Amino acid sequence: MSVQFTASPQDLFVSGHRACHGCGMALAVRHILKATGKNVIVVTPTGCLETFASPYGYSPWRVPWIHHLFENGPSVATGVVAALKAQRQDSVRVLVIAGDGSTFDIGFGALSGMLERGDDVLYICTDNGAYMNTGGQRSGSTPMYAATTTHPAGRESLGKTQVMKDLPAIVAAHGAPYIATASVAYLKDLQKKVKKAMEFHGARYIQIDTPCPSGWGFPSERTLEVGRMGIDCGLIPIFEMEDGKTTRVRRIKKKIPVKDYLKSQARYKHLFTGDRGQAELGKIQAMADRNIEKYGLLGPSGEEESETSSDG
Amino acid sequence: MSHIKVVEGSEAVALAVKACRPQVIPSYPISPQTHIVERLAKMVADGELEAEYVRVESEFSAASVISGSSAAASRSYTASSSQGLLLMTEVLYASAGLRLPFVITGVNRSVSAPISIQVDHQDTISLRDSGVIQFYVESTQEAYDTHIAAFKVAEDTSILLPVMVCMDGWILTHSYEQVSFMEQEEVDRFLPPFQPVNFLDVNDPKSWGSYADDDVLMEFRYSIHEAMQHGKERIKEVFSELARITGRDHGGLIEAYRTEGAEVILVAMGSMVGTAKDAVDKLRSDGRKVGLIKIRCYRPFPYEDIWETIKDAKVVAVMEANVSMGSEGAVGMDLKAKLSGKADAPLVIDFIAGLGGREVNEGTIDEIVKKAEEVLNSGLPLQESHWVGLNPTILP
Repeated sequence: MSVQFTASPQDLFVSGHRACHGCGMALAVRHILKATGKNVIVVTPTGCLETFASPYGYSPWRVPWIHHLFENGPSVATGVVAALKAQRQDSVRVLVIAGDGSTFDIGFGALSGMLERGDDVLYICTDNGAYMNTGGQRSGSTPMYAATTTHPAGRESLGKTQVMKDLPAIVAAHGAPYIATASVAYLKDLQKKVKKAMEFHGARYIQIDTPCPSGWGFPSERTLEVGRMGIDCGLIPIFEMEDGKTTRVRRIKKKIPVKDYLKSQARYKHLFTGDRGQAELGKIQAMADRNIEKYGLLGPSGEEESETSSDG
Repeated sequence: MSHIKVVEGSEAVALAVKACRPQVIPSYPISPQTHIVERLAKMVADGELEAEYVRVESEFSAASVISGSSAAASRSYTASSSQGLLLMTEVLYASAGLRLPFVITGVNRSVSAPISIQVDHQDTISLRDSGVIQFYVESTQEAYDTHIAAFKVAEDTSILLPVMVCMDGWILTHSYEQVSFMEQEEVDRFLPPFQPVNFLDVNDPKSWGSYADDDVLMEFRYSIHEAMQHGKERIKEVFSELARITGRDHGGLIEAYRTEGAEVILVAMGSMVGTAKDAVDKLRSDGRKVGLIKIRCYRPFPYEDIWETIKDAKVVAVMEANVSMGSEGAVGMDLKAKLSGKADAPLVIDFIAGLGGREVNEGTIDEIVKKAEEVLNSGLPLQESHWVGLNPTILP
């Protein structure tokens, strides 16, 4: 047996969970908590994270953690914030670490309520683009033309026909003071953003691309590589917004065609096996190109970071 | 020392809640509950009540906020009705499972469709299996007193469950009655600050709401059931402790009213109890052997106390403002299940009355007693619930 990971005494998310090999989400959570430190209370709605990180009798959490339901992470967090305020505990902060099913879909109303009230919560969506712990069903975050178990590819189907919700933009429309996207492909950047978000008060939002080997269909040692490809083709824009303005983006060093990214995952396999799929590739490329233009992902490198690999 | 004022029922509840020093109050409007949370909002706005008041976007979130705040060691309260309570259902089940001791006022109102804002008990009865303790009250005074007891019951370390105080919409929430209020010091002595042993604490991190498999889930459920069953004695103690302070004894888990030597015993919950008491008085003065049981605590179900009271009666007539469609009224079912197999048990007849605010007056109760006496004389039990006051001219 090989030891793949040993928790350091500083780690706040440690062994005792049952994530799949190569799980982007587990990696993200460990680094989120490295950045926040131990004075946080974490609320996790139902989803992959709750399922793999809370088998009764074991716990990987070294911070107080509560799972309540699927659709109420934001409002449970609001309750915790209200309790801390009532007790005048200023030093303890509250996080939600959720998945895309609860964030984009079933808990969307509660999220909107929390954002509108401006409750002092850092809401982090670890996004793997489908309901993965129930077997990979379509969510509002599933990208266009990805096949899922409820929107499979077939003779009459190319998978999901709709574009994913632009949740950061929806959050921005609520007037959130800090919004960022991040990826497990760049963990230092992820930690930096969590730290920065902690400097703000009010309802803040970070969306982290967490590639899922079992759900997306790629070998478990390629999680970070797939994450990087998503960024380098322009489909996963990495940016920060403060008070409604985009303040910083991760520039693409060497742009790759979207088909290279799509080919790396079985969920897009059907796009490459017939003429119909091939014909639609242009639409996905156009989406990536729109992102590149909208966020200036290929613009002159001013604030570009040197981080090119992760620290695992 | 107490003071007496004539107030709206909703205000009496708001004042009871205020006296319990809640730290977190989320609210969402729904009739006929709204006056309670509006009054609490004004108290906070005027600086009379120091609490975090959260204006949420749904009842689902109202219940979720008190789950989070209760887990984080703050005394928490909200109120709702009807559809709002149904929307909270999932949250309430989970909160009982997490042993979160908040208090909710369930202002009774019928459930859609057809949509109606009138009173019946279908909403709160639908939550009977959730693990939430349920009290029902007859009057505004009892609503006031029961809310103060509710926090103490919920937070008792041997219980630790949400408590719902169910009170009839409009009839109790919107009518003005004379209410005797406790002094703040009396409430403070009766109800010390909420200091749970387990809570979301950065100095002693614990995980809440874990995934449980077949090796432990049944034990979780059983422990809630046991907390309820053993809680019966504790609830009675809390009620009597409060009664000693206030001088007002509304009864224990039940109140037995003129049941001595009764052949027919009515069973009721909520504001129809008051009407039933008047009807019983009249029937008694006519020499009829009729008594009444008011169920104050519906969950846990006070079977033992009911049995002690009805064992010498011949017929028990349950009148209830709810129905489990395709079966019978919930209280009738509970009672029949518990009496099953008892050779000398009285016959139980289930009457569905007062749905959607349909008036239950002394005439209605006379009709119920008459039907019960018919059954008594014929010795033939009714197989189905008897629906009281149905209008055949508008039935299909």
